[in-house]
Parts: sequence; C-alpha cells; structure tokens
Amino acid sequence: MRVALTTVVLVAIGVILVMMVAEMPEFGAGKPASNEVSAHYVKNAVKETGASNFIAAIILDYRAYDTLGEVIVLFAGIAAVLVVLDVHKGGRGR
Amino acid sequence: MPDKILREITSLLLPFIQMYGIYVVFHGHLSPGGGFAGGMVLGVSLVLYILVFGLDSCLRKIPHHLSSALESFGTLWYAAVGFVGLLRGASFLMNKGAGIDVGTPGELFSGGLIFIITIGVGVKVASTMLSLFYTLVEED
Repeated sequence: MRVALTTVVLVAIGVILVMMVAEMPEFGAGKPASNEVSAHYVKNAVKETGASNFIAAIILDYRAYDTLGEVIVLFAGIAAVLVVLDVHKGGRGR
Repeated sequence: MPDKILREITSLLLPFIQMYGIYVVFHGHLSPGGGFAGGMVLGVSLVLYILVFGLDSCLRKIPHHLSSALESFGTLWYAAVGFVGLLRGASFLMNKGAGIDVGTPGELFSGGLIFIITIGVGVKVASTMLSLFYTLVEED
C-alpha cells in the first residue's frame, strides 16, 4: 500500500517536472528575460536605489525578500545549534 | 592567558579590527562588503578578545543574554524595516518606490533602507558569532 502510494506521488511529481521543462524556451531561442533583468540592474540600479555598490542594491533592494529569508535561515540554524548544544550540556535551553 | 606579548599586541590591534568591521558594515552600500562580512569581522574580533583576555572579562562587557537578544533583534529589525514600505502605501521592503529619499549615490547616508538594513544584519551576524562562541566555550 505504502509502496503504491509513494510510486503514485513520485510519478505525479515527475510528470509535473517534465511538464515544467517542456514549458521552457528552446536553448538559444529568442531573448531570455534574465538578460533583460541583468541589463536593467546594470543600467538603473544606482539611480533607483541610491546605493553605489549595486550588489548591495540587488541583495537588499531588488531581492530584499531573498535576503530576509537568508537572515531568517541563519537565525533558525543558530537557534537550533544553540538549543542542541545547551541540551547536550545538561541545560534546559535558553 | 598570561602571555604579555599576546595581550599587548591584541590590545593594540583590536580597536583597528573593530573599526574596520564597523567601516565595512557602514559602507555596505558604497563598497564591497556589507552586513554579513562586516558583522563577521566584528564577531571574530570579539572571539579574539575572549581567546586572549578570557571568557569572564568579555561576559562582563557583553553578557550572554544581551548577545542572544541582539541576535533576535537583528532579524526582527530587518522584518520591521520591511513594514516601512507597507506603512507608506507601497509593497513590503520597498525602498525608493515607497517614496523614501535615497540621497546622492556615493555619500555615506544614501541608499535609503539599504543602509538601515545593513546595520541590522551586521549586528545580527556579530552577535551570532559571539553567542555561538559563548555556548561552545562556556562551562556549566
């Protein structure tokens, strides 16, 4: 029963992935949107964010959500490490 | 640690290391670096302080609960700054689009929210290093 369920779920995920690959543009065809985005950053980042280091402009302005997630991941990782170390030492966690 | 040379050299170098860390954090939007790198330099300088002058003298200056609190504060600070955009009627974490003055590129106080977020990230990374080291070396 479990094997059958797992097979069905995995096949479904596989089909979805193959469908996503089929949706992709052909290799080398047209003008991928990613090129336009990077060209936009190079051209407008300083003007739009006021930060002359435009790596900072990208990670903290255009993709600030991503960096927020990164900070939260860092926080969660450190919190887990601290809890495990504390319990290992016989403490009750902080 | 009773080594005189180590103590003297460290007390000579520490202000410069910490000043450099603060510089990297504050110039995150102007030059390479930023909150993560600068916070790491600050955190490592505190680890050096513990290694040379002992855990107790650092715990007296920055207690463990303070560094844990700063760590949570850094994360919350980032999220809280994101709400500035919402309060001004734009989307979450929006900077210039929310009507925030981004100043002249190249000046220290420019970049709008980027500058404010970088400081929060720097505080967060530095205190993370410190509280991790506290937990590792503390005896119970």
